[in-house]
Parts: sequence; structure tokens; C-alpha cells
Amino acid sequence: MQYAISILLSGISLGGQYALIAIGYTLVYGILRLINFAHGDVFMVAGLLMVYLTSFLGGILPPAAVIPAGLLLAVVLTVVLGFVIERAAYKPLRTAPRMSVMISAIGVSYLLQNLATYATGGLPQMYPEVPGISSTVTILGVPTKVVTVVTPILVVVLVAALTQLINHTKVGMAMRAAAKDFETAQLMGIRINAVISATFVIGSFLAAVGSVLYFTNYPSIVPLSGSLPGLRAFVAAVFGGIGSIPGAVVGAFIIGISESVIKGSSWSIFSDAFTFALLIVILVAKPTGLFGEKVTDKV
Amino acid sequence: MEKTNKKRLWITLLCAGALLILVTLLENVLDPSKNVMLFISLKKGAVYALVAVSMNLLNGFTGLFSLGQAGFMLLGAYTYAILTIPADQRDAVYYIYNGSAINFSLPELLGGGPVGLVLGVLLALVLGGCVAAAVAWLIGLPVLRLKSDYLAIATLGFGEIIRAVFQWDKLGPVTNGANALKNFPTFSSFNIQGGLRLSTCVAFLLAGICIAVILLLINSTYGRAFKAIRDDEVAAEAMGINLARHKRLSFCISSFFAGVGGGLFAMLVNQAQAKTFTTAMTYEILLIVVIGGIGSVSGSCIAAFLYVAASEWWLRFLDTETYIGGFKVPLLRNGFRMVVFSVIIMIVVLFFRRGIMGDRELPDLLAGLSGKTRRKEAAGK
Repeated sequence: MQYAISILLSGISLGGQYALIAIGYTLVYGILRLINFAHGDVFMVAGLLMVYLTSFLGGILPPAAVIPAGLLLAVVLTVVLGFVIERAAYKPLRTAPRMSVMISAIGVSYLLQNLATYATGGLPQMYPEVPGISSTVTILGVPTKVVTVVTPILVVVLVAALTQLINHTKVGMAMRAAAKDFETAQLMGIRINAVISATFVIGSFLAAVGSVLYFTNYPSIVPLSGSLPGLRAFVAAVFGGIGSIPGAVVGAFIIGISESVIKGSSWSIFSDAFTFALLIVILVAKPTGLFGEKVTDKV
Repeated sequence: MEKTNKKRLWITLLCAGALLILVTLLENVLDPSKNVMLFISLKKGAVYALVAVSMNLLNGFTGLFSLGQAGFMLLGAYTYAILTIPADQRDAVYYIYNGSAINFSLPELLGGGPVGLVLGVLLALVLGGCVAAAVAWLIGLPVLRLKSDYLAIATLGFGEIIRAVFQWDKLGPVTNGANALKNFPTFSSFNIQGGLRLSTCVAFLLAGICIAVILLLINSTYGRAFKAIRDDEVAAEAMGINLARHKRLSFCISSFFAGVGGGLFAMLVNQAQAKTFTTAMTYEILLIVVIGGIGSVSGSCIAAFLYVAASEWWLRFLDTETYIGGFKVPLLRNGFRMVVFSVIIMIVVLFFRRGIMGDRELPDLLAGLSGKTRRKEAAGK
């Protein structure tokens, strides 16, 4: 029983972290029809930034201020990174075939991974302890980190805020319009580049928050630690119906819990295989996912 | 038209023959132990050229964006390795699982000695390709119904699944679990002791034959059907091309050659291990295809050699700390090579989207140099 609870808890927390990444995928895909392969690596870079910023700030600031300042700076820099990636690597290819943009995304992912390898020298980096969420609590007799409890709450809060943003603000309306029909939105006077930048900013912000929660559970970061969570989060986004935010969140929790269950069984080596098998099944059986809208292709 | 085609065929064959002789000469004149990087680059380039061309067949000529290449290479590599490890080496390789479930090796079954070696290796490579093609057929049933990026992500997922299956403990007696398979015949097994060194030549020959077959396929009616599908699915279907059949065919053939390429890769690195065939490898091959030009076979070949030579050899100096006089050159240290390299790739992707060759082939370029031929051709049409 205790074992089951601990697995469920870690699954929920993992699911919440995937949800934050998956929203970034789903927003970008909704507007640009692009699988942003670099998103997982942005997530990894956010983690590395946190490592470097805290060790750098540790020399100038009083100890109590190091972590909050580091967190803030890491999130801001990640957002800037997401913005720059979009402007440098995706914007020039706006009129190019979709395949070129996807290749560009793969190129960016390759570049970020190599940059990270260069910066870290390929050595795993210790993630700093974030006070408040790294400590241990006991829930239903199971000891776990506070982050396990904080994650789902934070996810719900952030998703609620995001839904408000998308449904009730001007930027949100522009985003919805762009997702519906890119060209018509442009004709209606929506500044499409600003909208796309906003999407990347939101996505990177959520990825940065997700990285803080995710890496607190793991002892260290390596340059490749972003790629698999990124892919799983993408699967979650597809599972929930790409373009739909609630779908991404639900999908992420399902993926997170099933991964945690499989990792806890004797089939642990198949945890990723299961995720991808699920993806293939979903794509074949119901390509629009759980909450996706049906799109008809007109010739 | 037919005349120019025949002429092109002869030119291509002649060039390929000359290249083969040149490589053999090089290997026997130069001392391989002093020019390690040159020969590694050549062999790896040949293997990557084959895999890149096989990916190009799918991505560039049929318009199916698949990212499963590493998975099919893995299938080919494992099939090759499992079938060719000598029987007396099996206990040593599979020591964790107390010996292998398969206790024969093709080179020995076929009589051993040089003849057995050549036949056995060839047969194992072809079987590796067949296994990859058979799996591709199975995967293709559901996956090929998907379009563009969904297909990409599904095939990517397939690669991950295959990798997990081959690392599974229960299959240990066959696949050796997560451990490497080794001690099978490699390219260097083809060096004649005290005589000709043939290892690089063999790599070129095998890759060359496969690429030639793909070229013939592309220039056949099937190839034209593939291109029609790439350019416009609806129009192609209206012209009476069976979409599902041709897509499946292209997928299986591409996977077959990726499987053979995987076998060659195992021969190149002297081992087969599931963890080498990662998504990163697929990306590497995709980037080669892009650099060479999507839809150009000769472009893929040239790009493969350039890519391998640059990443393994020419840019090596970026990884070592260098002093000019008393001045330490900044930035140079381990890992910098790959950063420079990925920046170059991004520049190609963003600013030279057509790659080295675009969708032209080398003979086209040569013909373009003498403008007359082209005009004649146009008049002939």
C-alpha cells in the first residue's frame, strides 16, 4: 500500500512537471504547426542556468538571497533564450516548407546540447537545493519531498492563469485567432510575429518553472537530460490533443503516472517504449487526441 | 534522351571504379597506422553515405518525413553481429548469459576461410537488411497512415521502442542485453595478411553497390512514382499511383538499406550495442541529408564525407587547448568542436536551405558546365 502511494505520488509530481513542458509544445504547435524539438533542451538549459547562476551569485549576494535571485534570473534568461531562438531560427523560415522549420528546430536542439556539453565539460552538474521544496515531508506514511506536493498545486494555478490569459486578454485572443487560421489572422491586422514571440515566451517561462520542479527531484543535470522529458511531454501533448491546454495537462498526468508505475515494476526498461507505443496507438486510433479539434484537409 | 542516360550511367560507373581504385591505392601506399584519421573518416563516410542516401530516398524522394533510421540500423547491426560471431567466441561475448542461444556463425557454416568469410558477411548483411525491411513493413501498417510531423514523431518513438527491446534482459541470450556484441568479422578482417589492405575498399564497395541499387530504383518507374507522391499526393493518386503500396515500398526499401548500413556500421566500430543507436544518430544523418540537399543522392554522399571528415578529423584541433607563442588561444577546449560544428549546421539550415547540391545530381552539374548539352536536351524534349 505504502509502495503504491509513493509510486502514485511520484507519478503525479512527474506528470505535473511534464504538463508544464507539454503546454509549451502544444501552444507552439497550435500556432506554427511546428514540433519545437528544441523545447526539451530549453528546459535543460533552464536547469543549467540555475546551477551556474547560484554558484555565481553565491559570491556576491548574502546566502539567503542567492536562491530567490538565482531563480528569478534563471527564469528571465530562459524566457530570453526562447524568444531569441524563435527570432533567429524559426522566423526566417516562416514561408519555408514545414520540414525546413522542423529541421531547424532539430539543429537548435543539437546546438543547445553541444553548448551545454561545452559549458559543463560533459560532467553532471549538481542541482542546488531550493529551500522549501527540497525538504522532506510525510504524506499518508510515505516520506517524500515537498516538491511532490507543490508541483500539482503550482500546475493547477499556472494553468488557470494561462487559461485566463488566453480566453480573456487581447494577446490571448490573437493567439487563438492565429491558431485557427494563420493567414486570415494576419489579414485582420494581428501582428503575427508578436503573437508568436509571446507564445515562445510563455512556453519558455513554463519550461523554466518545470525545470526547477523536475531537477529538484534529481541529483544532477547532464546535457542530454532535457531530450527525453521533452519527448515525453510532447507525447503527452499529442495524447491530450495537440493545441489544447487542458488536453496537454491531462495527457501529461497520465503519461507521468504510467511512467512512474512502469518504472516501479520489473518492466522498468520499457517505460519509454510504453510512452511511445501509446503515442503510436493514439495517433492511429484517434489522431486528434483526447481533447483535440478535428481538422479537415481541404484539397 | 536514352543516349544521355546511358552516357551518364557510364560516367557514374567510371567515376565509382576510379574512386575504388584510388582508395585501394591510398590504403596500400600510405601507412594506415600513421593516417588513422584519414581511413576512419573514409570508412565512416562510406557507411554514413549509404545510410544518408537511404534516408534521402524516404525523405527527399518520397516526401515521407521519417526519423526511425537509427532503429533500423540497430536491427541490421544486431542481425549482422548475431549471425557472424564465431562459434568459439560466443561464450566469451555472452559470458553474462552463460553462452548464446544461437550457436552457429554464417562464415563458418559457409565453409570458413576467405570464401566463407566473404559469403557469410554478405549474407548476414543482406539478412540484416531483410529483418529491418520486415519490421518496417509491420511498423508501416499503422504508421504510414500518418502525415508529415506525426509520422516523424511516430517513427522516432519506434526507434526508442526498438532500443528498449534490444536491451531487455530476457532477450539476453540472443541480444546480450545492454552489453555490446563483439568479436565478429569487421572491415579489417578483409585485409590480406602480408598482402593487400582491403578494409577501406570493402567499405566503399559495399556502400557503393547499395547506393547504385538505390540510384537505379530512383530512376525507374517506381522512383518516378515516389517523386510524384512527394510533389502532390492527390495528383499522384489521380494518375493511378497506389499511394499506400508505394509509400510502404519506399519505407521498406529505405529501411532495408538502413539495415545494411547498420551492419556496416557494426563492422566499422567493431561492436554492436543498442545504446549507440540513439535519436541523436538519426538527427546526425538527417543533418547530412539536409547539408547535401534534400533529394540529391550525390549531395548526400558528398555531405556524408564532409560531415564525417569535419567532425572526426579536420575540426579536431578545436578540442585541444592551443598556445601560439605564450598566448593561449581562447575558447579552445573539449567540446568546442561540436559547438562550432552545430553553428555551421545552423548556418546551412537557415541560409543555404538547398544544401550543397539542391535537388541536382553531380552529372547534372557537369552537364551544366557545358551549357550546350542542356540546351540540346531541352530542344530534344
